[in-house]
Amino acid sequence: MRSQVLEMARRSILQTLRQPALIVPPIVFPLIMMAINTGGLHAATNLPGFPADTYLDFAIAVPFMQCSLFACINAGAALARDVETGFLKRLAMTPMQRAALLIGHLGGVMVVSFVSALIYVAVGFAAGMDFKAGALGVPALLVLAMLVALSFAALGAFVGLRSGSGETVQGFFPLFFVLLFLSSMSLPRNLIEQDWFRFIATYNPVSYLIEGIRSFIITGWDGEALALGFGIALLVAVAAVAAASSALRTRLVRT
Amino acid sequence: MTILPNGIEVEGLAREFKGGVRAVDGIDLVVEPGEIYGFLGPNGAGKSTTVLMLTTLLPPTAGTARVAGHDIVREGPEVRRAIGAALQEAALDPLLTGREHMRLQTTLQGVPKEERVARGDALLERVGLMDAADRKVRGYSGGMKRRLDLALALVHHPRILFLDEPTTGLDPQSRADMWQEVARLAHEDGVTVFLTTQYLEEADVLADRIAIIDHGRIVARGTPDELKAEIGRPTLEVEPAEAGDRDAVAAALERFGTPVTARPGAVAVRLHGAVDQLPEVIRALDGEGLTVADFRLHAPTLDDVFLAKTGRKLEGGEPSAEPEAVPA
Repeated sequence: MRSQVLEMARRSILQTLRQPALIVPPIVFPLIMMAINTGGLHAATNLPGFPADTYLDFAIAVPFMQCSLFACINAGAALARDVETGFLKRLAMTPMQRAALLIGHLGGVMVVSFVSALIYVAVGFAAGMDFKAGALGVPALLVLAMLVALSFAALGAFVGLRSGSGETVQGFFPLFFVLLFLSSMSLPRNLIEQDWFRFIATYNPVSYLIEGIRSFIITGWDGEALALGFGIALLVAVAAVAAASSALRTRLVRT
Repeated sequence: MTILPNGIEVEGLAREFKGGVRAVDGIDLVVEPGEIYGFLGPNGAGKSTTVLMLTTLLPPTAGTARVAGHDIVREGPEVRRAIGAALQEAALDPLLTGREHMRLQTTLQGVPKEERVARGDALLERVGLMDAADRKVRGYSGGMKRRLDLALALVHHPRILFLDEPTTGLDPQSRADMWQEVARLAHEDGVTVFLTTQYLEEADVLADRIAIIDHGRIVARGTPDELKAEIGRPTLEVEPAEAGDRDAVAAALERFGTPVTARPGAVAVRLHGAVDQLPEVIRALDGEGLTVADFRLHAPTLDDVFLAKTGRKLEGGEPSAEPEAVPA
């Protein structure tokens, strides 16, 4: 099983490395967005009750979420391609265990997400991020970021396996992006003036994922934010992995 | 049902899909160890569905089958260990190289680690892909993809090989190369080959025995020679010199045989008797003052067999005027 997982992860990483379009946007696009927001929304830090001294400290959490969205699309599209090309049938003909396929595939996607997360942290520090949680906070932030990436990647895997269509997976990208925008991505929830927006952001789980990551930077070790962030990420990850496993079992039907 | 360790035994196998469509409708067949068994039929006849069931990727809705001595429903893992398969589309990852495909497949098939590289290279060499081993598959031609697909199916030394339309879409040279390799596998390595095809020539050249499937049912089976002998009678095709004489020629020929599909402008009949009827035919045409531009006598082919059994030609032909009802 171990060699099967490693080989599937290796394949997933190779697939990503050989498609620059899957590497450059997840790394560059969130950083560009962050740079624009940091420059354009700096005045937000003057709002009474704004929780950070610089908008960079507030906004650096967002690239981790955007990276997770890309992980979602990449994981889903790759599995959908395997369905479309019949590659999944080839795998079904081997003694490979279903878990090896899913773990290996998600593992490969996570490696790419991890490298992206390291780059965001490095860029944040280079740009003058004031990281309140200290040295131990960095690995803890990376763990939460990876858990979030896993939950989104597993959601993508579910959609890819269920639909067997790369187009369908791509179609989910705007939906996830809307979820991101209707969260506390740009402003703390208590400072959102529009009631409907604040209402949605409050019930949008993405808000708590962002706030969990953000708390390491602007608050330090915030028990409530971390419990909500880790808890929701874990819940979504478990549910998404279970759904993806079920979809894979249906796809890999064999006697 | 007898147990053939390297063979295939099928009894009443059927697969019904949603809406009551029976893609495979109760077929029986026996494939002897070491033979190449041709499964011939048009698109949608049930060939691929049969292969998917026999390779354990699709549960049957009725009937039983044993592959390599194992029941396809109850002993799926044992069946998969004994077989290799190259399914209808060459299922390859366009982003991986040929060598990386071999590495993945040898690992997933459980080939011992120390043997994987050698096994992969040996198979790439065997299918003539060593020079392209480190190129990404998306740059391969159709023939190269098919050869890699075949190599991947062989990594774990299968005793039975399923090839689902392995030469569809290939150029004549690639097709000939594939035939050569398949024949070598069966005749030198003793691998049992179950080959589906819609090409009559392929079945004729390669297969030791053939089953013809149409609308999910087997309508004929035997060696190519047996099937042709069953039809037995040659076909005479005459092209009148004057296009306006076509009906008159057809009427004259119908006295000597059953009308069958001919090429445009010509008239064809399957003769009631043997070639000794020819002088009589010529005298009849001459007696009616009909001149001919072309006069051809065809020995029975598998195409004739298919026509006789199903009432139509396999490769895009028109329905026959009078299908011959020959019991399967």
